Formats: sequence, structure tokens, C-alpha cells
Amino acid sequence: MSADTDNTYAIDVQGLVRTFGPVRAVDGVDLKVRRGEIFGFLGPNGAGKTTVIRMLVTLLAPTGGSINVAGYDVVSQPGEVRLRIGVALQDAALDVKQTGRELLRLQAQLYGLSRRQAAQRIADLSDLIDIGEAMDRLIGTYSGGMKRRLDLAAALIHSPEVLFLDEPTTGLDPVSRSRVWEEVRAINERLGVTIFLTTQYLEEADALAHRVGIISRGRLAAQGTPEELKRARGSDLIIAKVDGDTEVAVEALMGTGRVNGVEVHGSELTASVGNGAAVISAVALALAQSGVAVQELTLRTPTLDDVFLQVTGERLQDEAADQQWSQEDGEAQA
Amino acid sequence: MATRVTTAEQVQARRAGFLRDIMSVAERAVRSVARDPEITIPAVVVPVFFFFLNIGALADFAEQIPGLDYKAFQLPVAILFAVTGVSRATTVVLDIQSGYFDRLVITPVNRLALLLGLMLADFALVVLLTVPVLLMGFLVGVGFESGPAGIVVFMLLGGLWGLIFAGFPYAIALKTGNISAVNLTFLLFFPFLFMTTLFLPQEAMTSWLATVTDYNPVTYLLAALRSLITEGWEPVVLLQGIGAVMLVGVVSLGLALLALKGRATRH
Repeated sequence: MSADTDNTYAIDVQGLVRTFGPVRAVDGVDLKVRRGEIFGFLGPNGAGKTTVIRMLVTLLAPTGGSINVAGYDVVSQPGEVRLRIGVALQDAALDVKQTGRELLRLQAQLYGLSRRQAAQRIADLSDLIDIGEAMDRLIGTYSGGMKRRLDLAAALIHSPEVLFLDEPTTGLDPVSRSRVWEEVRAINERLGVTIFLTTQYLEEADALAHRVGIISRGRLAAQGTPEELKRARGSDLIIAKVDGDTEVAVEALMGTGRVNGVEVHGSELTASVGNGAAVISAVALALAQSGVAVQELTLRTPTLDDVFLQVTGERLQDEAADQQWSQEDGEAQA
Repeated sequence: MATRVTTAEQVQARRAGFLRDIMSVAERAVRSVARDPEITIPAVVVPVFFFFLNIGALADFAEQIPGLDYKAFQLPVAILFAVTGVSRATTVVLDIQSGYFDRLVITPVNRLALLLGLMLADFALVVLLTVPVLLMGFLVGVGFESGPAGIVVFMLLGGLWGLIFAGFPYAIALKTGNISAVNLTFLLFFPFLFMTTLFLPQEAMTSWLATVTDYNPVTYLLAALRSLITEGWEPVVLLQGIGAVMLVGVVSLGLALLALKGRATRH
């Protein structure tokens, strides 16, 4: 292990840069993931999530900065890193002409496991895969959920210290998704495996991650525990969808003297307030008196989506939902 | 859901070793051969077709050349049709496109084993593919002056050529990750196999083609294979054949290794 390694962190990234020609896909990312932690890496499509994860798992060389994973430098000691990480990439990377058992056995062999160890690990992982006799069928016959679970099992076959999951539940139905969540939690809690998880689903990050990093346009826009991030956003939020001049509406809200700040995103106004229940009637009155038509007025506590909106200027939830619908439409048409 | 995965024996990952890596990759490739009959069926049918077509069309004419047994002359050609271009290069492309190649590269597997394992499986396959062609030759009365050992050398030399030629599709597959580009290997197949002593001995050819065949390594390979059938053991001819194949191998395997390095190295 490197002499200068701080053993507290399973992943230590400093000043990470990756360019593709003139495009700066990752632009100075710093992040630290403690050993035994689940770290959720959030960002919309094209934000740089996959580029970061490909650099962390030795598939892509960084243009600048340093990456230390499981105590080893990714650039100078990639072989040591590979022995200690498990990876499930965005699309289940499987050979459809092998059976599930054959794929796992090959994976085990490449990690130096003996035949006995490989057979034992496959038996151990069979509950995770939960595909019964399909284990001896060609992977090409598996459903999307079965493939994702097999992919996860392949990433775990050698008992890695750090597990990288790139959007592990994208395209899964809710039941399969919750099973993957359950297993991710169990792997982390019982084995102490550090998990670096990229996702487009805020509820996934909220449910699983001890800490969250939000990447936007190649930069880490915020990081902390979900609670810290939400707290930083404000105690309560009043969301007003208006039809009319938003500047007038903002003036009216600020004029109440009980609103800490207002953000405008299209026709949607988000007002941060101390005690929402006590303030909402004053807000409704102010908007009515301003002459701006209110289509919707909602009071709620902040979510990660609000944090995301604040730090990136766009909502992640809508994009993830759109993608999910378009995938489901595509599957339905197919 | 039960999570036995989290309660079971933990294992320690380590490098498996070069030879075990090669055998693991080869084992997968051999397994997939049985599941891809579309690769092996043409390699059996095409040589049989051309063997009988060439004999039917040219035997009477060619055998006017004193001492020429045209069936024996055509058997090595059938062998080359059987083994040239047989590879798992399209599998490599599919692995690249599906992301499975990345999964393999993330493991501690030796990078060279990713290619050599496939080529080892190819070699075993092409040597096996020479068997039905040889049986066909025996059925029509072709015999080996070099005896049983000559038959073994004949099969190995055919297999070596198949292996060496496979370097080209592997190089293209690894470089481009594109199946259409891999299929362009046929642009090499035609000059190698047709601009040589495929149909007639060199002395029966017109001047320009006779000159070209002088520079085609396959001419020397065919001469070596034919010598095992009709002449017995001719060390100089055999060494020229092996040397010509190795010369092509320097180019094809060199390109394949460069392409592998480019693909497996993080850009």
C-alpha cells in the first residue's frame, strides 16, 4: 500500500480533470469516500458521472489530478486497484452466449479463485441472483432484472473492498429496484464494503447513501449527507407555480418580510421560509394581492431534488422520470 | 430476500497467472464455438465445394502437365479455404460493444492473455477443421508420401496459417470495434488465396500472375503442403513455407498486439 495513503478513505480524489479534445468533461473534482461508506454520486446525463467512475475503476486515464482507490494510486498501481474493486457498469456488461454459471466461473478464475472457491462463491451468490435453474441457461434468455442481478453478482465474486455501481437500477421495475437496494445495504452493513453508487434517482441516493455528491457540468457542485444538504437548503419550502410576471410575484413574496429567499425556475417560484405552516397564508395573500395568477401552491420540506435544483439550476427528477417513461415506452413498443 | 452472499466465506482475489488466464479465456472461446455453428459450417462446406468444383472444371486440362495429380494439387487449397479467416474476432467486437470487454479489462487478467486465449482456441478449431477436408481427400484417393507424420505436420501447418491469418481480423476488431470493418478482412483473403498457385502450377501461368505469385507467401505455404503429399519430406520447401507464414505472422500478430495495447490501455 502506498506510504502516503490515508487509511480512512477508500476513495480519495483530488483535482480530477478529464478532457476529450476541447471538451472538459470533468473539471477539477475533489472527493473523499470513507471506508465502509455508501457514497451516492448524483448528476444528470452528460454531467460527468460515468467519466468519473471509468477513471476510478482504471478504465480511463485522467488528464490531471490524482485518484487513490483502496489505498492504491489508480494511475501507477492499476493492478493493485483492480484486485480490490468490483464494478457493475451502466449497462449490464455480460456475454449473452454464456450461461450465468459459466460467466461467474470465468470471472472467479480471472480473479485467481480456485475451482472450489469459485463454486462456493457462486453458491453463496445464488440468493442474490435469485434466478434458480436459469443459472444454467444462456444469459441471452434473461430479463433485464435478471441481467442486472447477475452483473452485480459478477462484481462481487471476489469479495471486493470497494464496489462501484453505475446506475444499478436504471431500467428496473420497482420490485427489482427495491431488491437491489436491499442487497446493496446488506453488502455494506454486513461486510463493510465501501460502495460508490452513481444514480439519476434521488430517492435511491436518499434511501441508500450515507453521503451524496452532486456533479454538474463536470464539477462537484455539492457534497454531504442527504440531511446536511437538505438542511442547507432551508427548513421549509413554499412552491408556487404562477401564470404572470414572476418579478412581481417575487417582490410580493419578499414584501411579506417572512421569506428568506426566492428562486425562480421558469414559472415556478421556490420560497425558503422558517416555519412554512405559519407563513403560507401570508404568502398566498401577498400573491393574490400582487395580481399574479397562482396555479399551484405547495408547502413541503426540502428534498434532494430541491438541493439539486439549487446547486445546478435544473431538476434531476424530471429528467430521470422522462428517461424512465421513454424506456418503458420503448419496451412497450418493442 | 435472504442474503447468503453477506454471510459466506470471503475470498482473497489475486492474479491467476499468465497460463491460467490464457486457459480461462480459451475455455470460454471453445465453449462459444459450439454455440456459433455459423462460423464452422462455412469452413467445412466451402472447401468441399471448391475442391470438387476445381477438380470438375480443371482436372482434365491440368493433368496434361506431366506428373500432376490434380486432386493432390487441390487438397492443400481446400485446407486453406477451411482455415483462412476462422477467428473469434466478431466475438471481440460484440464484447466491446456490449461492455463485456471492459468487464474483462477491469479484472487483473493479463492483457496479452485476452488475445492469446482466443487464438489458442482458434488454433485448436482450425486444426480440427482440417480433419474433414483430409478425410475427403483420402476418400478420393489422395495419399501422403510423407506418411502419418507428414499428415500431422500438414494439419499443424494449415492450423498455423489459420492462426496467423486470424491476426488481421483481430487487429481490425480491436482497433475499430466494428463488425463491418472485420468483414473487410476478405479484401486480404482474395489476393492471398487467389493470386497464387491456386488453380495451376506456376509454370502454367501467364507472366504477370507468375511474377505476383513469387511475392505471395501463400505460394510457398502451398508448395510446402503439396510437397508433404506428393514428394515426401523436403526440408527446404517446408522451411520456405514455414518462413513465409511467419513473415505474414510478424505483420498480422504485430498489428493485433498493437490494437490490443490500444484497446486495453486507458486513453
